Amino acid sequence: MSPKLSLVLAFLLGTSLAMPVAVSAQGRGAAPPPQTAKVAASIDLTGYWVSVVTEDWRYRMVTPAAGDYQGVPMTPAARAIADAWDPAKEEASGDLCKSYGAPALLRVPGRLHITWQDDQTLRMESDAGKQIRTFHFGGWKAPAGPHTIQGDSVAEWEGGGRGATDASMKVTTSNLKAGFLRKNGVPYSENASLTEYYELIAQPDGAPLLVVTIVTTDPAYLRQPFVITSHFKKEPSAAKWNPTACSATW
Amino acid sequence: MIRTPLIFALALVLCGSVPARAEIDLSGSWSSINHEDALERGAGPNPDDWAGLPFNESGRAKALSFSQSVISMPERTCWFQTQWHIAAGPFSLRMWAVPDPITGKVQAWVVAAWETRAPMTIWMDGRPRPSKNAAHDQTGFTTGVWNGNELIATTTHLKTGYIRRNGAASSDQATITTHFRRHGDMLTLTLFMEDPVYLTEPYILTRSYNLSTNPVPIGGPPCIVGDEGVESGRVPHYLPGKNPFLDEIAKRYGIPPDAALGGAETMYPEYREKIRAKFVRPAKCTINCG
Repeated sequence: MSPKLSLVLAFLLGTSLAMPVAVSAQGRGAAPPPQTAKVAASIDLTGYWVSVVTEDWRYRMVTPAAGDYQGVPMTPAARAIADAWDPAKEEASGDLCKSYGAPALLRVPGRLHITWQDDQTLRMESDAGKQIRTFHFGGWKAPAGPHTIQGDSVAEWEGGGRGATDASMKVTTSNLKAGFLRKNGVPYSENASLTEYYELIAQPDGAPLLVVTIVTTDPAYLRQPFVITSHFKKEPSAAKWNPTACSATW
Repeated sequence: MIRTPLIFALALVLCGSVPARAEIDLSGSWSSINHEDALERGAGPNPDDWAGLPFNESGRAKALSFSQSVISMPERTCWFQTQWHIAAGPFSLRMWAVPDPITGKVQAWVVAAWETRAPMTIWMDGRPRPSKNAAHDQTGFTTGVWNGNELIATTTHLKTGYIRRNGAASSDQATITTHFRRHGDMLTLTLFMEDPVYLTEPYILTRSYNLSTNPVPIGGPPCIVGDEGVESGRVPHYLPGKNPFLDEIAKRYGIPPDAALGGAETMYPEYREKIRAKFVRPAKCTINCG
């Protein structure tokens, strides 16, 4: 066998072994149907999760004083709105869920219940404020309609596989109704948008910790994207699930 | 004659059919995003604010005995600069890989650029951990492994340091586990502090960084031991029951002093109901308002 021929044969052998799936799929003449998001998930976000509040404690576990905005890159317009925050007026307005919108919901101490609503939709419920978010996979398009407190969320999986647990669910949310990043009136506008990464980190004992990095962008009220991370421990059951109504002052 | 092409074919098979070893490049300058815990990371936490810390009784007693003047002692000027400082402080990071000079494989990752201490070296070459009786220092000993694109670093052999810069201490038995995850130009660190001496369960922190084209300086001013006037033999401290800052959080934020004393229960939602009746929201923020 000439060296040139052996090189060609070796290349063909190598490429055919290296790409078995692609070649066989083409050979059958039809691509396999795309996996659903549920099947494609290499991490399991479902179950009950409880907030672990080790950061921003006095902005989350209690309602901060008027004018306490530390850490939030507010624009002057945002500051003017926040400076006018009046808890009594908020309470009287009846719109008590302003600080339970998607950009702030995971900062509220409480529990989450995550389930698959269908093969392409993950549903996340919070007991604090009784809110529901839905994460749509598979190129979902939001229907036209009014902005809502939880907005419209599109999800996709990133990373994962190969036996590793490094995958994350990336969620992009828009069409939000204006609300508060913090209960003391730090605002976000209806032009705000949200990018989140949901991932599981192994705790020292091996139990999963749900870590969510939340990036809020708002050209009206934020000078730069506001980045926070909330984390949750998994719970074995619904035993501590405690639905409570929204509150404008607590 | 035929051997070289066959080796080529074998290499192609191995490269194509076996998944690539999953590692992500973490090198570069990472600008710290200090939107969370802004006061704690910047100017420093309020005195006697340990809410959200899973203290045990020893941890709480140790913290209550703490006087900030203790760092004026030459022996303790640099006491809190352990690897925990990477997250508890406000600093940006610079990371780079150190290749083995013979094989070219990554021998270590280095995380540097926060001032007052040496860089953190994460050994990736599988070297064994030193004996538990080996010397402990503020850098400790850190090894790393990849979980796909996640780098997990484990640090032991630390000296006593701080968990929060207001006297919450970590012991020389502490272990820090740091998870590095990259999403495009954002890096998120999740850290666990385990300490059988002072904590009842791991303390968790998360921090985020943006990739920056402005190079973060490698190493800032070192922590320099100096004489700040504490007379030799005196250890600034508070005796039990004599800490003067116990009501500081209540005065500033209306938070019950019990909450400020920490403990694992202060980390969970149920604790809100426990303090609800005692909490008095101040009418207006008066200090460190942002």
